[in-house]
Amino acid sequence: MWKSPNPKKTYDVIVVGGGGHGLGTAYYLAKEHGIKNIAVIEKGWLGGGNTGRNTTIIRSNYLWNESAYLYDHSIKLWENLSQELNYNMMFSQRGVMNLAHNEHDIKEMKRRVSANRLNGLDTQWLETKEIKKLVPIMNTDNLRYPVLGAAFQPRGGVARHDAVAWGFAMRADEMGVDIIQNCEAQSIKTRSGKVEGVKTSKGFIRAKKVAVVASGHTSVLAKTAGVRLPLQSRPLQALVSEPIKPIINTVVMSNAVHAYVSQSDKGELVIGAGTDGYNSFTQRGGYDVIEETVRAIVELYPIFGKMKMLRQWGGIVDICPDASPIISKCEVKGLYFNCGWGTGGFKATPGSANVFAHTVANDEPHKINAPFNLERFSDGRLIDEHGAAAVAH
Amino acid sequence: MILINCPYCGERDQSEFSNGGEAHVARPENSENLNDKDWGQYVFYRDNPKGIFYERWVHSHGCRKWFNAVRNTSTDEILKIYKLDEKQPKLDRFTNTLKTPSGEPKVGSGNFTVKK
Repeated sequence: MWKSPNPKKTYDVIVVGGGGHGLGTAYYLAKEHGIKNIAVIEKGWLGGGNTGRNTTIIRSNYLWNESAYLYDHSIKLWENLSQELNYNMMFSQRGVMNLAHNEHDIKEMKRRVSANRLNGLDTQWLETKEIKKLVPIMNTDNLRYPVLGAAFQPRGGVARHDAVAWGFAMRADEMGVDIIQNCEAQSIKTRSGKVEGVKTSKGFIRAKKVAVVASGHTSVLAKTAGVRLPLQSRPLQALVSEPIKPIINTVVMSNAVHAYVSQSDKGELVIGAGTDGYNSFTQRGGYDVIEETVRAIVELYPIFGKMKMLRQWGGIVDICPDASPIISKCEVKGLYFNCGWGTGGFKATPGSANVFAHTVANDEPHKINAPFNLERFSDGRLIDEHGAAAVAH
Repeated sequence: MILINCPYCGERDQSEFSNGGEAHVARPENSENLNDKDWGQYVFYRDNPKGIFYERWVHSHGCRKWFNAVRNTSTDEILKIYKLDEKQPKLDRFTNTLKTPSGEPKVGSGNFTVKK
């Protein structure tokens, strides 16, 4: 599907991280910016990091204008991605529902629905009886935190996580991008404020520009170049059940009781849990976090009470103080970061890659990602999306 | 799952505790004179090492007292627990099990709970 060349001595751009965001960055750099001398280096295998560990939910119902533009840019690219990459993304716009369980939830979500509509997004408010129509198996009233309504985005949905990594990889490879797996970035070399290249497990590779898209490990790599990022890395868990007949045809998320669930095409329930309450790189996560989520799922959907879970895993997410990403240049010339996606980066894969490629190619941010700079942590222009980020940060 | 040895109550499950992030972060003197960049560093930036990390914990569902810990974030192994009035142990007292900054430890998380 793609060649696995040995690294050349020098590249125009090295992308560190072979997940969806990194491979997409290489793809858009080659396709839209005419840069072909690119390497994507990946410690493990393509899409084996957080691209392969998330719950594949796609939505753009974020509160602030900056986020709405960024995430909706992504949805628009998702909508045409199977055609563009000639590879089936299995993108299914089955809708995403965010449940309200108390008065504050109702106010916050109605405000967000209004903000979304002003930004041209398709979010709408659902009353409990409309929720029951869409998801008849939901227990809306006989539980500790009853379901009082929901924000619903019909254009949201799910996609196949492997497909987005493989699709970008194949098309980037065809345009001459070197995709190098089992190649760990060990440190980023700089000289007098300018990037020189990356020391890897396959030797030193020189580059004019280095674009780091390494999710949970971004801050660790940044430190090797003397750059400090406002990130904290934590395990985030997910689990899937045994496969069952089709029973839930949308994505249902709840911040308040912390449960979200969708059903894969194989029939498994895909369930997302929360982050652990402490920094860790163990890709495992605590059992109490899973227990809390499963308890909420069983209360919301009593019919799932006797199901067996097939497997559970964790990934390391890099969390920003304002729950928004960083897609930015930094004080080192030729060094770029796309990180801080925290618990919700998958939805943004093509949009993030697209604007990041623009930033790397032009040494200037695209107007969509300009607000997501590093300077916001000193000038105070934070993009606070703690309400719209479904998993508590 | 981590067992934490609270200096006041003894060994308890991690779910009884809350994490307070990086330890030994002092509020800057004369903060009213700081520029935005330095103030931003204090407010938003914290160490995030893969390896040896100094951190704070509070026994929320127990004695509710704060204390410090040194933990290897690549394995979750707690290397040292000390009270707030004790001195910060020096970094060179601990061995980092990682050969490269973003590498993986030989022994994965949790395995150390098997008695050595």
